[in-house]
Amino acid sequence: MTQAAPAPEWTHDAGAQTFDLRAEYESSGVGEVVAGLEHDLIGLAPVKQRIRDIATLLVVERARGALGLSAEPPTLHMSFTGNPGTGKTTVAMRMAEILHKLGYVRRGHMVAVTRDDLVGQYIGHTAPKTKEVLKKAMGGVLFIDEAYYLYRPENERDYGQEAIEILLQVMENNRDDIVVILAGYAGRMDTFFASNPGFRSRIAHHIDFPDYCDAELGEIADKLLAEQNYRFDDEARIVMARYVTARRQQPHFANARSIRNALDRARLRQAARLFGDANGIVTAEDLSTIRAADLAGSRVLTGNGEIA
Amino acid sequence: MRITQGCFSYLPDLTDAQIARQVDYCLAQDWSVGLEFTDDPHPRNTYWEMWGHPMFDLADPKGVMIELADARKAHPNSYIRLVASDSTRGFETLRMSFIVHRPQIEPTIKMIRQEVRGRTVNVSFEVVPA
Repeated sequence: MTQAAPAPEWTHDAGAQTFDLRAEYESSGVGEVVAGLEHDLIGLAPVKQRIRDIATLLVVERARGALGLSAEPPTLHMSFTGNPGTGKTTVAMRMAEILHKLGYVRRGHMVAVTRDDLVGQYIGHTAPKTKEVLKKAMGGVLFIDEAYYLYRPENERDYGQEAIEILLQVMENNRDDIVVILAGYAGRMDTFFASNPGFRSRIAHHIDFPDYCDAELGEIADKLLAEQNYRFDDEARIVMARYVTARRQQPHFANARSIRNALDRARLRQAARLFGDANGIVTAEDLSTIRAADLAGSRVLTGNGEIA
Repeated sequence: MRITQGCFSYLPDLTDAQIARQVDYCLAQDWSVGLEFTDDPHPRNTYWEMWGHPMFDLADPKGVMIELADARKAHPNSYIRLVASDSTRGFETLRMSFIVHRPQIEPTIKMIRQEVRGRTVNVSFEVVPA
């Protein structure tokens, strides 16, 4: 058993005998993207786990390809379900990056569309419109937000069905050119899949995005502010926690998006406060601190009027 | 008779992979890519029929190749050319144009000499269908 064959450490040649998974994981840059995902996004533990699983699956799939074991490209279409503001779009962008780094899509760009971009207004308008979008998304990821609006069972002459048929065909025939990610609220997506079994069977990965807990939303608020060179003072942080709890009880709560909007309004109030203050002389410290008063002015906490 | 006009026309016909590489280059230059077809390859026939709109905002040649496949299916006996336009100057300037599909049997182009007053000769060309 002493064959003197020069064992290559790892190569992608068809004739290779071994494949170094770890080296592939690191050298393709996927490790970096996944680590970035861990670091940049708060919470979402189950989502991160699934992304890690998919990334490793894809690396293994690459290894199988390199050793001549797999013929078919894997099905990569996904569905992201979750409430608004839970990071579906953000994760989809990361996913596009991962797929690109592993060579499953050629460009790694993401085209985000909704029903309006795919479905036309009159007969013969839908197919060209859908094809136009698909052409733009070729080589990358097509992200269809609120995908269930494509299918309107109450109107049997709705043109959405036409868009669905074209999508299904492309998802099947152009698997190595495009990855489709459908996104939307969990409940409505389930109904959508139930009435369009073709979609369910063509989608390999269903990922559910959980709501953020109050502590996570607080962390997100800190992070969003830090990105814009703002920060809470201690009192404001306590008010923010109260705000999160109160906002959750109100209608149209959209997780991280609600927080972002609240912070935008807090910045407005901060600006007004700074302007209203005695002499108009401010320091960098003043300009970058959000105080309790800036948040407490919110209608969510004062309890009058409508909330946006 | 093999018609020669545009880039690459003295080379053997480009394969789809080679066409895709050319499109790739066009997209990298930020040019829009369009398809045009005609059954009249007369050199003075500058304006061919457009196959859909020129394609802007593509990231990948695949979009063009899909359209090309459709155009070939719809017009197997026409000439199809691919044109790339550059909008840097605020209007679309033609930067590249080459034939990507030819009819199975190509027409011939005949030269006609017409003697007019004195010993003047007017030369014109005529496409003779195959």
